[in-house]
Amino acid sequence: MREFGEMFGIPKFLRLGAREWNGRARGIHGASESATPDRGQKKKTLLQFLSDHFRDVQALREYLLQKQLSKSNWKNRSFANIREKYGPDVTGALFILKHGGAVKFQDKEWIRANERGSFPTEFLNFREVPVEAVDASGCTINYQGMSNLLPLKKLRSLSLERCPHVDDWCLGRLHLLAHSLQELSLAGCPQVSERGLACLHHLQNLRRLDISDLPAVSHPGLTQILVEEMLPHCEVLGTEWAQDLKLEPDRQPQDASSPISP
Amino acid sequence: MFRRVLRLGLTPGRQNRGLRTRRGGFTLDWDAKVSDVKQKIECMMPGKQWGMPFDTSYLPPTQSDVVIIGGGILGLSVAFWLKKLESRRGAIRVLVVEQDHTFFFSQYSRASSTGPSVGGIWQQFSVPENVQLSRFSINFLRNINEHLAVVDAPLVDLRFSPSGCLLLASEKDAATLESNVNMQRQEGAKVCLMSPEQLRNKFPWINVEGVALASYGMEDEGWFDAWSLFEGLRRKVQSMGVLLYQGEVTRFITSSSQMETTSGEQVVLKRIHKVHVKINKSLEYQPVECSVVINAAGAWSGKVAELAGIGKGLPGTLQGTKLPVEPRKRYVHLWHCPQGPGLETPLVADINGVYFRREGLGSNYLGGCSPTEEEEPDPTNLEVDHDFFQNKVWPHLIQRVPSFKTLKVKSAWAGYYDYNTFDQNGVVGPHPLVVNMYFATGFSGHGLQHSPGIGRAVAEMVLEGEFKTIDMSPFFFNRFYLEEKLQEYRIL
Repeated sequence: MREFGEMFGIPKFLRLGAREWNGRARGIHGASESATPDRGQKKKTLLQFLSDHFRDVQALREYLLQKQLSKSNWKNRSFANIREKYGPDVTGALFILKHGGAVKFQDKEWIRANERGSFPTEFLNFREVPVEAVDASGCTINYQGMSNLLPLKKLRSLSLERCPHVDDWCLGRLHLLAHSLQELSLAGCPQVSERGLACLHHLQNLRRLDISDLPAVSHPGLTQILVEEMLPHCEVLGTEWAQDLKLEPDRQPQDASSPISP
Repeated sequence: MFRRVLRLGLTPGRQNRGLRTRRGGFTLDWDAKVSDVKQKIECMMPGKQWGMPFDTSYLPPTQSDVVIIGGGILGLSVAFWLKKLESRRGAIRVLVVEQDHTFFFSQYSRASSTGPSVGGIWQQFSVPENVQLSRFSINFLRNINEHLAVVDAPLVDLRFSPSGCLLLASEKDAATLESNVNMQRQEGAKVCLMSPEQLRNKFPWINVEGVALASYGMEDEGWFDAWSLFEGLRRKVQSMGVLLYQGEVTRFITSSSQMETTSGEQVVLKRIHKVHVKINKSLEYQPVECSVVINAAGAWSGKVAELAGIGKGLPGTLQGTKLPVEPRKRYVHLWHCPQGPGLETPLVADINGVYFRREGLGSNYLGGCSPTEEEEPDPTNLEVDHDFFQNKVWPHLIQRVPSFKTLKVKSAWAGYYDYNTFDQNGVVGPHPLVVNMYFATGFSGHGLQHSPGIGRAVAEMVLEGEFKTIDMSPFFFNRFYLEEKLQEYRIL
């Protein structure tokens, strides 16, 4: 799992308030800022110190933060004009390849970008061939970027492994793929929680779902059981829930029945 | 004796000083003088207010461009958009006055003893402007960390559950529901219609008896944590330089002028110049000079409007038209039912106004029902009437979802709705006679989910004089005078 800053090539001291992108999703702690236990322990960088004392530095850091976000949005823009020219399948493939993923057209080999980010472009002629499988492991796709994938009507397998920006809102859009999607992998997505998994019930044709290693899911074992119940025809891969029970023998059932299970 | 003198002479601190003054030292209270000088030097340091004979730092400022009454989600949202849309950094000063911060906490917090709010968000409204508001607000909530990002602060985690909302309609309402869904689709909402058979296939736990049609929001609908949104907004607004102040607005200083309309009618236009902000638990107050007052006091906005003289006139005239917003008590119950519907449960709104949703993973559900006009509970306290659930909610729940027969109520709490008795819809924009009072209130339960859109609309009205993003003119105050109702098909 890459850190947010590294992803955008930003040096460590410039990482602005984004260090909680990954890792377990944290709630808002209490009413006062000082109540957050981990804030005091964090090492203060020089910029952080300066921005506490000078308005200009603070404004500059706010600007840089906005820049980061808009860069991510620019990478995920919708390729509307390409779609008009080449159709939805080529657009989706191009989008994924640009992000460093891989695509498989029906009855064709997997196409993958090399280390330098270049990829063969003959697929631009596959206008009539539908995309069958998409491997977007580790890509920086977000909600906006999903709109390039959703028109793929024959998509059977989708892998979103370790995508740092795929969150519950994105999963809410997957119902558009419900007719074709058979395999889905969400393993290692830092922002996917049980709340997003709950809306996968639209995907009635799903045969295989990988929800292992999701740090934002509060009760992996219980979640897996509930997802299995929700999707009876689907094989759900997850953490071994029996192990989970052994680790916390008395906590698990209590937490599960607490009124405010997070 | 010698020992005592020795002790007095050698012990440092107070006793030492006492001895010296008795001996006739050069000053009566040396330490106090030193601390006084220290304080004065501190006052002269840059960034401090100095030369203050009395400490008034706990009072609100004497001047502010905009005073927002009510520091709930709506008030903070208006403050956020005012600062966001201002022409340059720090161009306008905004003061938010909230009477009781703990009130909001008790109503929306999930950490408090009362429990979580319903926090639903859906697009299935019958007024197109409400659908647009939903669409705008969903966009805002989805990109919440772009809007509410504060450098060095943790990200806002809204805990959004995209489980969708399911509206059921009987034979009588089916046609209305269908036309509403067509309108919602035109606005861009992903809503689908379901027949009773489809409904049974999709959610086998529902008893479809009496249901003629259902509409189901596929995307961007569900529920979120209101407290996170509130905290995020508050942090952002403070970082943008908005002053949050705890106090009560007790009086408006207004000036009035006689005007004549084009039809020759005499009207009195009022303008608020100062707002008296009273300190909590004290008689002290501070007059705050301001140019715009925004009434976002939620359930109490009717009272605030009365303070400004709205509704004090002959009935039937514009002057005599009151702001019809009053507090109404609503219960939310949380129950446990191991046999209940599973993870796929959406927010279900039944034919008769009963609603429920899943809460967390442990077979917990929460829901409630809006009481009828005759059974309206006494809104002076927040006590929960448990018989209401037994008699009015549970029978309907069992009828719709038979497995709820075995449910056990775990907790219950009550909260206030800013209930608009006229048409259960919001009031936005300026008052026609009190020219610098703007409203953002009366949304009767959907103010929470629409708050980003409403805040933006009010801020645009204040700064630009017109609505730019969403045309909210149907929500103007005038409709109470003209008696044009803007009714929703169903409110939760």
